[in-house]
Amino acid sequence: MSRLEILKTYKIYIGGQFPRTESGRYYQIQDGKGKVIGNICMSSKKDVRNAVSAARKTFGGWAERSAFNRSQILYRIAEMLEGRRDQFINELMIQGSSKANAEKEIDLTIDRTVYYAGWCDKYQQLLSSVNPVSSAHFNFSVVEPTGVVSIIADENSSLIGMISLILPAIAGGNTCVVLASEKLPLCSITFAEVLNTSDLPAGVVNIVTGKRAELIEPMGNHMDVNATVYSGSNADEIKKLKELAVQNVKRVKTYNKKWMNEESQDLYMISDLQEVKTTWHPIENIGGATSSY
Amino acid sequence: MAKKTDKKISSWDFSPSPEGISHIELKDKYDLFIDGKWVKPSSGKYFESINPSNEEKISSVAHANQADVDKAVKAARKAYNGVWGKMSGKERGKYIYRIARMMQEKARELAVIETLDGGKPIRESRDIDIPLACNHFFYYAGWADKLDYAFPNRKVESLGVAGQIIPWNFPLLMAAWKIAPALAAGNTVVLKPAESTSLTALKLAEIIEESGLPAGVVNIVTGFGDTGAAIVNHPDVDKVAFTGSTDVGKIIQKAISGTDKKATLELGGKSANIILEDAPIDQAVEGIVNGIFFNQGHVCCAGSRLFVQESVADVVVKKLKQRLDSLYVGNPLDKNTDIGAINSKEQLQTIKKYIKIGQEEGAEMYQSPCSIPTKGYFCPPTLFTNVAQSSVIVQQEIFGPVLTIQTFRTVDEVIQKANNTPFGLAAGVWTDKGSRIFNLTTKLRAGVVWANTYNKFDPTSPFGGYKESGFGREGGLHGLEAYVKLS
Repeated sequence: MSRLEILKTYKIYIGGQFPRTESGRYYQIQDGKGKVIGNICMSSKKDVRNAVSAARKTFGGWAERSAFNRSQILYRIAEMLEGRRDQFINELMIQGSSKANAEKEIDLTIDRTVYYAGWCDKYQQLLSSVNPVSSAHFNFSVVEPTGVVSIIADENSSLIGMISLILPAIAGGNTCVVLASEKLPLCSITFAEVLNTSDLPAGVVNIVTGKRAELIEPMGNHMDVNATVYSGSNADEIKKLKELAVQNVKRVKTYNKKWMNEESQDLYMISDLQEVKTTWHPIENIGGATSSY
Repeated sequence: MAKKTDKKISSWDFSPSPEGISHIELKDKYDLFIDGKWVKPSSGKYFESINPSNEEKISSVAHANQADVDKAVKAARKAYNGVWGKMSGKERGKYIYRIARMMQEKARELAVIETLDGGKPIRESRDIDIPLACNHFFYYAGWADKLDYAFPNRKVESLGVAGQIIPWNFPLLMAAWKIAPALAAGNTVVLKPAESTSLTALKLAEIIEESGLPAGVVNIVTGFGDTGAAIVNHPDVDKVAFTGSTDVGKIIQKAISGTDKKATLELGGKSANIILEDAPIDQAVEGIVNGIFFNQGHVCCAGSRLFVQESVADVVVKKLKQRLDSLYVGNPLDKNTDIGAINSKEQLQTIKKYIKIGQEEGAEMYQSPCSIPTKGYFCPPTLFTNVAQSSVIVQQEIFGPVLTIQTFRTVDEVIQKANNTPFGLAAGVWTDKGSRIFNLTTKLRAGVVWANTYNKFDPTSPFGGYKESGFGREGGLHGLEAYVKLS
């Protein structure tokens, strides 16, 4: 006798909760044979706003976590991903991936998570400097996270094209609001479930699903978002995001990379979402008559 | 020279001590510097550069139009493809060193022209603007053959033609901040100085000509906003670097949104200067004065919002008023002068508009009783107390010698107030306690934080803002990133 399968309800992820979209709307995605895979939340502008609020609320706390602690949490994400490896492979295959590609994608996702976990307490030393100013001051520059980042994930990838943008943002102490791939949204919500069991504070990563044509605007023009990250090559979308960025001088970073390449990860993706802060303080008696060392 | 009239402290007067102007060489009329030659503007138009301290004309300057900008960009492209883009870093560096040295040789002349043209006190142009400008070239010269060390694990390439637009508050220094790193990284340049302060950029063009830098590597096109727009919108410009107001910065960001042009924007500010109760008060008062009255307050990072802890507010404000009364406002060429001329008639009107708004908002105003020259554009140093976070004069950048004063009780409160602005350029913190300094400097969302000092600059020290104060850094290792492509 066959058992009736329990179907998963795919919801969105805001502030550590899994609400449905406040709009009550949904859209359906289908597999290659036209069979409906699931009803996906068609998030609204209001969902994006809620997500930004959650991201802002937790920003200070996440940025102030010790770098070592952030590193451990990212590593914990990798552990949780590993435990759900088969689930991701299954979801990737439902969405049209071959088994070999699905395995490659989840393995790279896990390894990339470990890669960025390692960066959490190292990029600071590479991106910071002590500056030999001519006056009697101790002067140094450190990097600090840019703030709340809106991320437009790669439309042609369910998992790797999304995590490749999220990881450098949160490794660097930013919080984010992510718009998942419209046509391949399944892994984004499963990834949210991973995050939710990884000691990542609520609100550091928020994920919404829905229509790109509708949601790019609120993702790009929210006045409490400090930077927008985009993966893809759609010139109209890029132009639109850059225009929306103007009203509060958002930083806009666009990438058009093959995320399945192992090389598509680096220190510079972290530094793209960092601000350089330079601090000056006087030094007593440097160069004066009392210098005697 | 204006004499002080305030009876309270006018126990001494200064004898006038003006810097001589006989040794400077200025032409009656300046053309555009394009492709290593001085060329007439295709518009045939020239505009006057005015001495803001006496409203007299100093010289005429060419107004470049779109055709001139196109000519300059073509020259820059030709120089990039033909010479500069291919030259070894070592040779590029030597040219930049040579420019730095020649600027040093002419430093006094440059300082006097800067003061004549822009109105800033000769003490500042002589001791700060010009030396820093020279040092900036000298500093970046040395990077030209060491770029591979700056970006680990990456191949470093130049971008191409950089279009650069600079403001009128630090004319030569801003030209140096823009040109030096661009050249060091192997780019060629089209630079537009601000219309009210073109002269030191044109003197720099003469130095560049004299240095033998290949034709077209640096082109200086003078003009107004239309000239700047032509640079920003030129399709063959690879990089736009702008220092100026947030409003214009946004126009530029929008203008290039459909392109792949790389941009650096160094925009406005409304920086907090925070005095805690354990601060060395007399030093802090000097820091407040330097923070807001340096260069007549025409400083993007000016400490224009003062926050004083309630327990010391009375004494700080009292000492500040006393200090205000002793500031010398007058002839910028006089070595005694603390506060020179406001850069232009328009800017003086803007400042006066804000002073009026402040009074209408119900804030309490204090101005130094100093006498100011009858000719020229001058504004006495001005304080406003009894202001709110929501006051226009607290929220908007005035870009003049106007300080708003607020009080606070706790450190958390002042952090919140200081950060409650769309800007994020700079901040100052005054306290004797080290751990408190780092608490504040860490939590203030600003690109430059001065602890127990203010308005210090250095070529090795990265400068630039958070939030709506712009993006990208100028100065230091971090300033190179704006002019390179990594692969």
